[in-house]
Amino acid sequence: MANRRLAPPSEQPESFAFTPENAEWATGQIAKYPEGRQASAVIPLLWKAQEQNGGWLPQKAIEAVADQLGMPHIRVLEVATFYTMFALEPVGRYWIQVCGTSPCDVCGARELKQYLHDRLGPSGHVSPDGNFSWLEVECLGACCNAPMAQINHDYFEDLTPESLGKLMDDLAAGRPVKVGSQTGRVSSEPKDAITTLKDETLFDGSRVGAWRKRFEEAGLTEAGADATGEKARTEASAAESPKAARPDAGRATESKAAAAPAQNVADGKSADGKSADGKGAAASTAKS
Amino acid sequence: MLADQDRIFTNLYGLHSPGLEAAKKRGAWDGTQFLLQQGRDWIIEEMKKSGLRGRGGAGFPTGLKWSFMPKKSDGRPHYLVVNADESEPGTCKDREIMRHDPHLLIEGCMLACFAMGAHACYIYIRGEYVAEKHALQRAVDEAYEARLVGKSNVHDYPFDIYVHHGAGAYICGEETALIESLEGKKGMPRLKPPFPANMGLYGCPTTVNNVESIAVAGTILRRGGAWFAGLGRPNNTGTKLFCISGHVNRPCNVEEELGITFRELIDRHCGGMRGGWDNLLCSIPGGSSVPLVPAAEIIDAPMDFDTLRNLKSGLGTAAVMVFDKSTDMVAAIARISYFYKHESCGQCTPCREGTGWMWRVMQRMAEGRAQKREIDMLLDVTKQIEGHTICALGDAAAWPIQGLIRHFRPEIEKRIDRYSANPHPTPVPMAAE
Repeated sequence: MANRRLAPPSEQPESFAFTPENAEWATGQIAKYPEGRQASAVIPLLWKAQEQNGGWLPQKAIEAVADQLGMPHIRVLEVATFYTMFALEPVGRYWIQVCGTSPCDVCGARELKQYLHDRLGPSGHVSPDGNFSWLEVECLGACCNAPMAQINHDYFEDLTPESLGKLMDDLAAGRPVKVGSQTGRVSSEPKDAITTLKDETLFDGSRVGAWRKRFEEAGLTEAGADATGEKARTEASAAESPKAARPDAGRATESKAAAAPAQNVADGKSADGKSADGKGAAASTAKS
Repeated sequence: MLADQDRIFTNLYGLHSPGLEAAKKRGAWDGTQFLLQQGRDWIIEEMKKSGLRGRGGAGFPTGLKWSFMPKKSDGRPHYLVVNADESEPGTCKDREIMRHDPHLLIEGCMLACFAMGAHACYIYIRGEYVAEKHALQRAVDEAYEARLVGKSNVHDYPFDIYVHHGAGAYICGEETALIESLEGKKGMPRLKPPFPANMGLYGCPTTVNNVESIAVAGTILRRGGAWFAGLGRPNNTGTKLFCISGHVNRPCNVEEELGITFRELIDRHCGGMRGGWDNLLCSIPGGSSVPLVPAAEIIDAPMDFDTLRNLKSGLGTAAVMVFDKSTDMVAAIARISYFYKHESCGQCTPCREGTGWMWRVMQRMAEGRAQKREIDMLLDVTKQIEGHTICALGDAAAWPIQGLIRHFRPEIEKRIDRYSANPHPTPVPMAAE
């Protein structure tokens, strides 16, 4: 767990409110969840607030989201400090998150970190021109394209210090950059030597429907599907062995699994589990 | 090698369009209505027959998991939650499914929901995958527009699908933590029982499945459980996406049969080992949570659940990390320890305190600034963390270190000797500093 604190009061803005556009978007998000479960939208809303506020999350935004969702402020503060994608302090215009976990680590992430350290200074500080800040983060899930970094929303993969440097120069100068692999890969295929998925019939639609032969051979047709029979079977099995609406809490008095003295007494037997007719406790437990 | 016709993810590399029209040509949404008409029991039976084991790491049979859901609703709605919070170091397969073959996933969601009597499905995607989230949302919108899903759709089964995203917490890949997070709380795992199949999302019966487990469902049902079971090895059937990273010539994702040997996997798809096979030091075959396996044991081992478990490791998510002899393995495991220290949610004391403690000791061991008896002490501590936490993160933090000590103890000792042979101004601290 990392120590995560809100930015000092001097950095915090006076107030926060969603723009009308974002407010409408937020209403749409809340509608995804069942009634009374609007708290589920807390992460998407905080994320939008962070986006609107230039990449970091001020205290006022946390409180605004809490008020909108009818949650206590502390609950939303908990969420904001728990999830590491919420930046609680100001970040640069381009926030560089370098993956430093083992697959990237052994493929050159250390050189990237060294490069960023040399160029921008220690992590977590915004560069004087306001353009960059950087942070080492844990696995970003692009391990076949290691090493990689996420800059704002985009992944940049197969990096070297040189290509990262060029990328940063381009971003700072406002030139367009290529998202994804920097060595010309489309995604995570083996570079220049794709070994699979070369069969053209996979893509031209000629194989669609070939599987139906299996069903025709088995004598099953669309009309003959056994829909009603299954319904009857399901209902019959539900009647025989109904499932509990809610599971018991596992207490001894609720569960017959426990051979507790109190349980035995409640069942009308002596405390050591012998029932009146002399049969063992095991037999009665099995019956129940 | 697996034939191209038997591959499920035909657009794995994104060389073709991920759109609905192209996906239909590749076989998605083909006869979904017909499959639904076969009935719930048939779908679950067919999934059981296929022998599909969950692709999220634990390898629990998917068909069996689906059958745990109550057959008849007691008034509470049922939910399917798809775990797309892919953050196990080394794993990058679900990302390719979501951005390149999203319709296989959406169709799988529909089939799985039908089999479990659920009318709503949430896909929980990790927050960092912004582009993937948009790609998936685009595909969902397409499916709604074509009335393939929705309140009233061409399949006559009311079904809603929502994309939800997280905000960067590894622990949310654990199913109950994911549910907590989806409810708008901190992602702290819940005690089980009650299991999610009984009380999951919003207190309702819920099944949580990995993206890959759900996305293969459509193809399995079309071509039959027997087809899937015919691939791979007994009890380890079917195809699997392997993510090969590290010191191979061409790291890549590839779909292969389970049970392909490590050597063949890398020779065939990754252009071989960097510097030749003699240069292989060891491999972590299933994401950072499983112990490493040294070269001699892994090199000709079939990559499947049971073989790797017998090698005291695991297939996990089939994220194969390959390390050559230039790797400082002690430092690499110390980095993994840092990862778990960073990602521990802080709920259980053994994990919260233990992961930090292990990382500090591992870091000193990487330098050699330790004492030999601390190796046994460290091993002892990993055993005390393992199995004493609510979720498996404690185990996952302990296993890599156990694997390191099992196979690289001489290396750690050599390092300690080398450090102590040279004069240093600062004294060597004790483990419990």
